[in-house]
Amino acid sequence: MLTDMSLPWWAWAAMGAGLIVFAVMIGMTIKRNRGMHRSLFASPYTLWMIIFTVVPVILISYYAFTDANGNFTLDNFKNFWDSHYEANKVIKAEAERLGVDYSQYITRGTVNVDTLVYSLWMAFQCTIICLVMGYPAALFMADRKMKLGSTLVVLFIIPMWMNFLLRTVAWMTLLEDSGLINQVLELLGLGKIQLMYTSNTVLLGMVYNFLPFMVFPIYTVLNKMDYRLSEAAADLGCNSFQTLYKVTMPLSIPGVVSGITMVFMPSVTTFFIPRVLGGGYTMMFGDLIESKFLTEGNWNAGSALSLLMMLLILVSLSILRKADPNGEGGGLA
Amino acid sequence: MNMKRILLLLLALAMALTMTACQSGEATEGSKPAERVVNVFNWEDYIDPAVIALFEEETGIKVNYMCFTTVEDMIVQVEANPGAFDVCFPSDYIIERMINKGMLAEINFDNVPYSDQILDFLLYPDYDPQNKYSIPYMWGTVGILYNTTMIDLDPDNTSWAILWDPRYQNSIFMMDSIRDSMGVTLKYLGFSANSTEIPELFAARDMLIRQKKLGVVKAYQVDETKDKMVAGEAAMAVMWSGDAMYAIDLNEDLSYFVPMEGSNVWCDSAVIPITAKNKENAEIFINFLCRPDIAAMNWNYIWYSTPNKGAIELIEDPDGDYAYDYTGNRTLSPTPDIMAKCEFFRDIPEDYLSVYEALWMDLKNTK
Amino acid sequence: MMKFLKKFYLGIIMIFLYIPIVVLIVQSFNAGESRAKWEGFSFHWYGELLRDERILNALYVTVSIAVIAMVVSTILGTLAAIGIHAMKKRPQALMMTLTNLPNTMPDIVTGISLMLLFLFTKVERGYVTMLLAHITFDTPYVILSVLPKLKQMNRHTYEAALDLGATPTYALFRVIIPQCKQGIITGAMLAFTLSLDDFTISYFTTSPLVQNLSTLIYSATRTGIDPTLNALSALMFVALLVLLLIVNRRTAEDK
Repeated sequence: MLTDMSLPWWAWAAMGAGLIVFAVMIGMTIKRNRGMHRSLFASPYTLWMIIFTVVPVILISYYAFTDANGNFTLDNFKNFWDSHYEANKVIKAEAERLGVDYSQYITRGTVNVDTLVYSLWMAFQCTIICLVMGYPAALFMADRKMKLGSTLVVLFIIPMWMNFLLRTVAWMTLLEDSGLINQVLELLGLGKIQLMYTSNTVLLGMVYNFLPFMVFPIYTVLNKMDYRLSEAAADLGCNSFQTLYKVTMPLSIPGVVSGITMVFMPSVTTFFIPRVLGGGYTMMFGDLIESKFLTEGNWNAGSALSLLMMLLILVSLSILRKADPNGEGGGLA
Repeated sequence: MNMKRILLLLLALAMALTMTACQSGEATEGSKPAERVVNVFNWEDYIDPAVIALFEEETGIKVNYMCFTTVEDMIVQVEANPGAFDVCFPSDYIIERMINKGMLAEINFDNVPYSDQILDFLLYPDYDPQNKYSIPYMWGTVGILYNTTMIDLDPDNTSWAILWDPRYQNSIFMMDSIRDSMGVTLKYLGFSANSTEIPELFAARDMLIRQKKLGVVKAYQVDETKDKMVAGEAAMAVMWSGDAMYAIDLNEDLSYFVPMEGSNVWCDSAVIPITAKNKENAEIFINFLCRPDIAAMNWNYIWYSTPNKGAIELIEDPDGDYAYDYTGNRTLSPTPDIMAKCEFFRDIPEDYLSVYEALWMDLKNTK
Repeated sequence: MMKFLKKFYLGIIMIFLYIPIVVLIVQSFNAGESRAKWEGFSFHWYGELLRDERILNALYVTVSIAVIAMVVSTILGTLAAIGIHAMKKRPQALMMTLTNLPNTMPDIVTGISLMLLFLFTKVERGYVTMLLAHITFDTPYVILSVLPKLKQMNRHTYEAALDLGATPTYALFRVIIPQCKQGIITGAMLAFTLSLDDFTISYFTTSPLVQNLSTLIYSATRTGIDPTLNALSALMFVALLVLLLIVNRRTAEDK
């Protein structure tokens, strides 16, 4: 059935109960009028996140620390450090069984660690490029004299209404050897160049997909900024660059931090783009996790990788938080 | 301001959509109870839609047709949705794995009389030694698809070594798939494609790493390759014979061969999950697919090698609908010489599979 | 001069964003099936599209989920943002961590963890589970768009409203929400867009019985993309563009 509303009755009951509790809470706080705790507005969301985020994360952690039979183990993490860990066990057993020396086959596999480093490096580059490209765009969009803002926001969003998989495939049509760009180059007598299957192609795909996530938050903050501040700066003798540097930029930092968060995090774990545009030559951490879950069907190892990834991003986020001088509270927005 | 309006409009649009869909949903629900159904789970684009229509018309059984994209995914889905599927079409070594996991029901061959049409060499295969669980649907080989305008070679006398020839810089598509790439390399080195000997596996890995470092590989991919070969993006590609037929059909410069060391022969077969709710309908459906005229019709759509004797006769019949020289086509029907050197993939035991995976990751990690 | 340069820069960015879209649209009019060769102009694939029930079903699933998820997550997220903003420092930091958790997780992990949840609770995966998943990943983005607006808001306006006799409810709807309207709209747009575009999470939270466009296209990338899907994308693009133009003209008339 297309719109099969099949949930167990208790799921519906739980949802209904949650709604009623929330309504009562809101009602009570409104009644109490002055002493109202607006913080209670976050309660349905909190409940939602506990069910659909915290519980699943606990499930993932459970998988990360157990083996296929559900017994506690740290092997999954040893596997991360040494991708040959499982294989070495088999090789040793085999050597013992046959009574031969297989010591030359016992090595440490570094693929997981290397891929992680590579993914971070790619995500870093992608974030920087998005920032460099996106900041001026957001700045110009927010320029009151040009009156372009809202139209351009829409123009930024429309491409994302086309399916991301199709857009990535379209880039392939453009970049491949017999693709449009090379056809144009040939017409101009410049000869073909290999554009596909390099790290830079992957980077292009990533920037293309994540750029709007950098532009929006910065634009939102700039647009809201009191423009009289920059006018005042100009009146006080700042030239436009000084105004930008001393007034606009510091004020836009919350947007920048938000943008960096929104670009960096998904780009570390990109998959599909490296496969299509990178030709499977290099792997990113998302591909690695995907192959653990889907190709190898090893959920325990895959969960361990995911858990490590999450930890790493949480750490980098807290660093980012420190970099935000106005870091009020979460500092992420 | 204007964006708020867009949102409102979108909302209205969705409301309208939801309303219409709900109505159509109710309409179909009314006629449901008396209906006989069979839930088919197959590879994407792997059956002639006309075959389904004909089946529904002849038997009155409704076909719910669903697709998967990788066999690993198929296993996950079958395990996660018990009872959702009545017929699946996994490949050889996956069938072995499913048998070992106890996921398959024995087929009642009395309900599938047309199973006597299956080619002899596909009966009692290594992966289903008692021939109880599977009935072949399509089969083929793994070989090299090449562009005759870019490479000149003798298809009867060429070795897998061509994939390691440094003259073909940046012009080979390899398969981004552990078993296929390792299998091909093991064959080239003279080993079994199902090897579990540690030194053989490491030798194969080292060959693959050497190949990557030579710079002959243009990309590692699976499904995109055939379209790229049609477009002339590369000189050679390791490919399944079925995909090769598709590519050759679209670009006559392309040609396919199985290298002289032999290769992997694969077979996609119909199986019935043990959780199937409509086992009898599933058998009726499988039998229908084995009927020579239907198998021939299906072949004419998919263009993979058919396991059906009667279908091959119909296809070759000079006065028939197809009048196609099936046995003369080396891609569809390889010579007995070559077939003798080909082997089916077997399901590698889990611990050895972890060696395969570790070695494959080493290749992926080579820059 | 500066103005021209600015426009020029934005123009370049727009070209960058729209080149693949143009390619997609042009391909949908290709008479042949191959992505690589141009074989003449035709409406063939548009005809195919209307007959392809699978695609139409997937379209319906995609759009309806995107809209429902957008509405629910916008309400949920805006309320949550207001709540989080009013919190004390510690619970606020905790809530922000919770909000960032789904984004910190790779999509594939979010998808798989939700799949584990549904398997664990024996909830059959399908339309509803996909919808729940979409709301889950949409909402944090709404919060992240609304919160900066709240932070920029002058705290004293709200207090002033109260001092002048407004009830907190009144002040909420008349002072707070109008001030972060832009953020709410951006958040809603983001939610809609993300939901429309999501592949990974949908893939794991639905069964093959209920496919949205992304999962359908993903299957198709395996077998070679059918230009029918390009035709559909082109139609969606044109539809949205027309919608935008109509809305724009209306607003222009209003002014």
